[in-house]
Amino acid sequence: MILAVGPGTATLLVELGAVLVALALLGRLAARFGISSIPLYLLAGLAVGEGGIVELVTAREFIESGAQIGVILLLLLLGLEYTGTELTTALRGHAPAGAVDLALNFTPGLMLGVILGWDMRAALLLGGITYISSSGIIAKVLSDLGNTGNRETPVVLAILVTEDLVMALYLPLMAGLLIGGSAVGISLEIAVAIAVVVTALGIAIKFGHRISAVVFDRSDENLLLSLLGVALLVAGIAEHLQASAAVGAFLVGIALNGPAEHGARQVLGPLRDLFAALFFAFFGLQINPADLPPALAIALGLAVVTAATKLATGWWSARRAGIDPPGRLRAGTTLIARGEFSIVIAGIAVAEGIESDLGPLAAAYVLILAIGGPLLVRVADPIAHRLSRRSRATAAV
Amino acid sequence: MTEINETRLPGVGTLHAFGCHSGDRIGVISHHAGRREVVIYDPDDPDRVSETATLTPDEARVLADLLGGTSVTERLDDLRQEIHGLAIDWLPISRHSPYAGRTIGDTALRTRTGVSIVALVRGGKPLPAPGPAQALLVDDTAVVVGTADGINAAALLLAGGP
Repeated sequence: MILAVGPGTATLLVELGAVLVALALLGRLAARFGISSIPLYLLAGLAVGEGGIVELVTAREFIESGAQIGVILLLLLLGLEYTGTELTTALRGHAPAGAVDLALNFTPGLMLGVILGWDMRAALLLGGITYISSSGIIAKVLSDLGNTGNRETPVVLAILVTEDLVMALYLPLMAGLLIGGSAVGISLEIAVAIAVVVTALGIAIKFGHRISAVVFDRSDENLLLSLLGVALLVAGIAEHLQASAAVGAFLVGIALNGPAEHGARQVLGPLRDLFAALFFAFFGLQINPADLPPALAIALGLAVVTAATKLATGWWSARRAGIDPPGRLRAGTTLIARGEFSIVIAGIAVAEGIESDLGPLAAAYVLILAIGGPLLVRVADPIAHRLSRRSRATAAV
Repeated sequence: MTEINETRLPGVGTLHAFGCHSGDRIGVISHHAGRREVVIYDPDDPDRVSETATLTPDEARVLADLLGGTSVTERLDDLRQEIHGLAIDWLPISRHSPYAGRTIGDTALRTRTGVSIVALVRGGKPLPAPGPAQALLVDDTAVVVGTADGINAAALLLAGGP
């Protein structure tokens, strides 16, 4: 029997334990101040990476693998939130809002990349980073402020749904572009990848209940192993087909429904929290803190511009749905938060090493808007309240 | 009938909301995870929820009971009690009834209250259109038709009241 723990293992355990304890403390701090824990996890990663306060030696490899699983679980649980019919109804009713969202919020990132003279692929990734709002942070803000039942909330949620679907096409597209090669080769790769995604989405919507029945098991242990196994398998196959592992996991999430979906949320939720925390920390870990201050000014400018464009998106979409100005203001500010998915996209750029300035810029950008977005919602609430009082007073006169 | 608006909330659940006669607007959010939120809208800003109460599925059932059950059971009640202005009721013959073991004729129910016994239910089986000579046994149920007041009087009579 081998019970001896080698010095390498001991260091790994100590480093990993220290990282998790640090993340736990930061999570408590975030909860105390009512902010998202994502930016704090990023900061923790910055502190233990290259050029940080202490540099992790042994645990880095484990955290890297954990981060990959973290992305898969983030997208899997996002897919679980939606049923196929919800996706199609949201698309049918709110397609114009989704189009305005894409046009207004993808463009600033893309333009900045072009202005900075970046590689076109890096500019397209920056467009994705500014486009996609954080459904995680937004869901929390909605429930914390008791805004879930508000009449503008369906508009906000529909925009998030269209963003997630756009991402399911965008990620394979970027994966194709990043491999490079001849124009014909790239187009073919992308066409195949997108055809795979669309087919898989169709299968997920049509046969979801059958797939769920096969995967489901009464025992939590068996359910956990089946779900995680299937998700990783599909994610791996999707990655092989250049359709991106994250998108594969998202499609598995959409396919699951009924008892399997309910069980998946229970058994995978805690696992997601662990690995997603490692994912955010790992992203921070790859960035040298010394690169952050120079990126800060540009990130701030980009944050201000894209906060305004999200506000405009929410305002316009809510007005289209017949919501009064206070609700339009709430919809706009709620959408401002960027978070996990901007980091997922930035992570691709860092992993591919296509533009060294993109990582620090994305980190600073997400730090600003993951904290600033929810704050703006809180600031907007009393303003909206006064707005509604005034409009009521004028109506009474 | 109140008009209820149903809204799907992708990733959250379903929202049902309606405006009350008083001018208040109220809604229920049914989360995918099973919990319910009762929300009340702000009179100053009808798009905004001003109060929220979160209920577990059990608590939601208690609240529904307190509010008088579902409209489906209410409608069943209506059906039982009002057919063409007449009332129908099921009256049990208890062990303490003065008429247990005696005949329908002995009760003189129709003369005294205007209520007719149209059927008896004995051991789960119906005995339709019983004659005056038919005996009433303990644990029988008499199906009676008459006015609401008449049925109240008949219930007292069969139970052994004044």
